[in-house]
Amino acid sequence: MSRLAVPKTYKLYINGAFPRSESGRTSEVLKADGTFLANVAKASRKDARDAVVAARGAVGGWGGATAYNRGQVLYRIAELLEGRRAQFVAEIEDAEGVSRAVASAQVDESIDRWVWYAGWADKFAQVAGNANPVAGPYFNISVPEPTGVVAIIAPQDSSLVGFVSAVAPALVAGNAVVVVASERYPLSAISLAEVLATSDVPKGVVNVLTGSTAEIAPWLASHSDVNALDLVGAGDLDWMDLEIAAADTLKRVLRPESGPDAAAPALGRISAFTETKTVWHTKSLR
Amino acid sequence: MSFLEYAPAPESRAILNLRDRYGLFIDGEFVDGRGTPFQTISPSTEERIAEIANANEADVADAVAAARRAYDRIWSRMSGRDRGKYLFRIARLVQERSRELAVAESLDNGKPIKESRDVDVPLVAAWFFYYAGWADKLDHAGLGANPRALGVAAQVIPWNFPLLMLAWKIAPALAAGNTVVLKPAETTPLTALIFAEILQQADLPPGVVNIITGAGDTGAALVQAEGVDKVAFTGSTAVGRAIAKQIAGTDKKATLELGGKAANIVFDDAPIDQAIEGIVNGIFFNQGHVCCAGSRLLVQENIHDEVVERLKLRLSTLRLGDPLDKNTDIGAINSKEQLERIRTLSDVGVAEGAERWSAPCEIPENGFWYAPTIFTNVQTSSRIAREEIFGPVLSVLTFRTPAEAIAKANNTPYGLSAGIWTDKGSRILAVADQLRAGVIWANTFNRFDPSSPFGGYKESGYGREGGRHGLAAYLSPAPIGQTALTAGRGAAKPRLETSKAASGDLETAAARPPRSTRTRSAKATTKGSKK
Repeated sequence: MSRLAVPKTYKLYINGAFPRSESGRTSEVLKADGTFLANVAKASRKDARDAVVAARGAVGGWGGATAYNRGQVLYRIAELLEGRRAQFVAEIEDAEGVSRAVASAQVDESIDRWVWYAGWADKFAQVAGNANPVAGPYFNISVPEPTGVVAIIAPQDSSLVGFVSAVAPALVAGNAVVVVASERYPLSAISLAEVLATSDVPKGVVNVLTGSTAEIAPWLASHSDVNALDLVGAGDLDWMDLEIAAADTLKRVLRPESGPDAAAPALGRISAFTETKTVWHTKSLR
Repeated sequence: MSFLEYAPAPESRAILNLRDRYGLFIDGEFVDGRGTPFQTISPSTEERIAEIANANEADVADAVAAARRAYDRIWSRMSGRDRGKYLFRIARLVQERSRELAVAESLDNGKPIKESRDVDVPLVAAWFFYYAGWADKLDHAGLGANPRALGVAAQVIPWNFPLLMLAWKIAPALAAGNTVVLKPAETTPLTALIFAEILQQADLPPGVVNIITGAGDTGAALVQAEGVDKVAFTGSTAVGRAIAKQIAGTDKKATLELGGKAANIVFDDAPIDQAIEGIVNGIFFNQGHVCCAGSRLLVQENIHDEVVERLKLRLSTLRLGDPLDKNTDIGAINSKEQLERIRTLSDVGVAEGAERWSAPCEIPENGFWYAPTIFTNVQTSSRIAREEIFGPVLSVLTFRTPAEAIAKANNTPYGLSAGIWTDKGSRILAVADQLRAGVIWANTFNRFDPSSPFGGYKESGYGREGGRHGLAAYLSPAPIGQTALTAGRGAAKPRLETSKAASGDLETAAARPPRSTRTRSAKATTKGSKK
């Protein structure tokens, strides 16, 4: 007699906790063959706003941590992901209807990208920053700083690798993020949130929303306390309107990407959500 | 006779060889505009200087087409070495004609000749000189090997530093291999048109730089024009916001340098003589028509009275008057409209309970003038502490602790610049870390250099001008497969069959539609024009 499985309840991840949507709504997630897989929380405007509040509260501590510390915390996530490899592979097989080999490749790539980005944490400023030889008796240096709260519409066509590819680079520089997971494949994002919750990432640094991207994205795009908007996975939405809404507070915007190379590992994904600060100081023997 | 009464020492206007009418500079030649021409006047006398052509939409299209042709046929094929040599030529020609440019700038803009002569024009030459050397070194701009120019850059600049803003825009654009259509501000087109003559002297190929004059509608048409790949704008946050909306949904990239309300923080251990000079320079340089002006003075409470007293003394020695006079410290307000805005906001300050003090100086009969003014007893919620006045008006607020100073300094939607005055180095660095602003001056203010990136956080815009960062703003990384940087060097080695990403920048990874598929672009343009 086979054992009856215990299915998991997938919830939102906001400020380090796993609430259901305040709206009480859920969405059905289907397998590739169209059969029921799970219910996820269908996040509302209020959930999105709560997530932004949580991210704003976390950005000072995370952005203010040393780069070495951020690098270690991020690397630790890769370690934990590795430990839960089988769980993610199974989840992806189920959700995407792919073979174990394909699902494994996605998990491996996700972990390796996470490691790649983690390693940038204490090097990025050296590559993106500059000592500037100004014509005068001044010390002058430019350094990158986190932009602040970044809202991300995660890539839609994968469970884990797209999510990781969008979230990791924003975290490296010290931003806090509110991510809307892939609408079709949201489960791995929540499982990843469970990894984050048990790692050393401070609460509020990553907030994960599930549900309708078309419904949630406009609230994030127009939110005054969001500093930047990554539309990488918004190609099927009316993203031009999202970009117009984002312009009201002059958010930094990354436009949608599609195809297999969407959100591929790139230094530019880190620098897109940083601000260059230039400090001048007088030099004098007096 | 007080020590302030000097004999007039006006710079001669004889060095100018102005035309009575100026056309649009398109494809290497001056041509008539199809809009209604306008007059440019001297804000210090309200006298007419010259008639300026007005570019309508058809003229804008012609200019963009000329830039596109020049990009496709000449500039994108030219070696970086040769592009650089053109820029060096321009730098030298600016130096050779520097006095003429300075006189024209002060005449048209109203700024004191000592500023146009000693700050604006030397920096213009420096900007071209700096970026000239970059033209054949683009592999080192930070985007990997073989970065690409973006194409045609549409550049719209303000009236506060007319020629300097032109240099900030044109020099990096050309060095990176782009061609340019630039629109100077309506009230200050003169030096841009003299600059067009310099381009002719430099024998720059026709169409590489086009200069079109007109008002806001000309600028809007330029930003929205088909065939523009990059928009660079310096001006108000309101217009910057409109531009961001107009280019939403297109492939156009943008650099926006917008407004500011900089905090100038003075701690009680600051070198006080230097601080007073720095405060004055911070807000009264260029009549306060500076986006990064230190318009909010945050003084530690225990030295507030002393600082204000000494500021008043110092301001009483400033000489306001003829911009062409070498002794003039404070020139004319650039336009009647700007003067009205300064007066209105200043009156709001009084109505909201702040105390106004203006330097006792004689105001000339003609022209637009505003005496250097200080507001004390200003509340953080007051409009004069929140809105950009863009004039010679300083709001003084106080703080007790560094934490309070930081909180107050950051309490603004802007984030362009800030100042810190203290003798304690560790405090400077700690405060600088906490300020959300793109440029921070410690024990100095309003310093600019072509090697030093400049630009804002938050609603002060995005992108940087100056330095390597300013160059990168006009480049994109080489397309996948056309770069020496492969996955092995820059990125995590892709294991997914589908992942062929190289390193470098975002654009490498983005699967972008080809330039010809511009449905969204067309849609955006329609939307924008309705606004």
